[in-house]
Amino acid sequence: MRVRLPLPALAVVALGLMAAAIALIAYVAPEDANQGLSQKIFYFHVPIALTAYVMFIWGAWNALLHLWRREPGADLESYVAIHLGVIFGVLTLVTGSIWAKASWGVWWAWSSNQLVLFLVLFLFYSAYFMLRFSIDPGPQRENASAVYALFGVALIPVSFMAIRLANDFIHPTVFTSQGPQMSGLMFLAFCVSWAAMLALAACLYHVELAGKRLDARLRELRELLA
Amino acid sequence: MSFAEKCVAAAYLIVFVVVLGYVLIIATKLQRLEREVAELTELARVRGAKEPERKAVAVG
Repeated sequence: MRVRLPLPALAVVALGLMAAAIALIAYVAPEDANQGLSQKIFYFHVPIALTAYVMFIWGAWNALLHLWRREPGADLESYVAIHLGVIFGVLTLVTGSIWAKASWGVWWAWSSNQLVLFLVLFLFYSAYFMLRFSIDPGPQRENASAVYALFGVALIPVSFMAIRLANDFIHPTVFTSQGPQMSGLMFLAFCVSWAAMLALAACLYHVELAGKRLDARLRELRELLA
Repeated sequence: MSFAEKCVAAAYLIVFVVVLGYVLIIATKLQRLEREVAELTELARVRGAKEPERKAVAVG
């Protein structure tokens, strides 16, 4: 049995965490010695990227539930999770690009494996919608979408580990086997920021899901009354 | 305002603009659903009015 926080409570939690994260980033976390003020983008950029990964994994998990147990509603949950993952993916690319311009002087570096692999992951999941909406609604669409979502999840560890496997000198590696390479206050700001992003994503996920379910029920009702 | 300050402000602003855009899209969708519910309620009411009244009969 799933225990769910009511949506208004979740929204309040997300708002509180977001306010706390902004206060910590602005007033508590110290400025980075090497990058200066532009490093503050890290507190939004990395949590957004990690949240995108979480949404893609959640989408794949629901896709697995759909294929394995034929759980009703799992296909819709998978679709909504991937939709939000793509939105967070856009934000990752945009905030990362701004940070790159501030730190490296370029908007994009094709030589960075981490950037290119994230772009590949993003494009892969963007194509999910092309596949989904090219098939008529029904079991065939649900199965094809689920299989595609499951394939995509294999790219996540590749994207995450690329920076560690290849000697990427451009993109910084903050989390190593020796732990996070930052001060305690910086790590606290990062953790609160990530919790805020996850709460925001959960909130948007439930709002979109409720809207989609309502839409489906209304369509059903319209057919019954026709 | 330095270039770094502009970049930090732009990055944070973009996140808020995207979230706000998302909320606007959801609000538009909610309005459409509200209209559809009103239409269906009206349709059900017209159907109810057209249907002949049923006679009450004793059972058992």
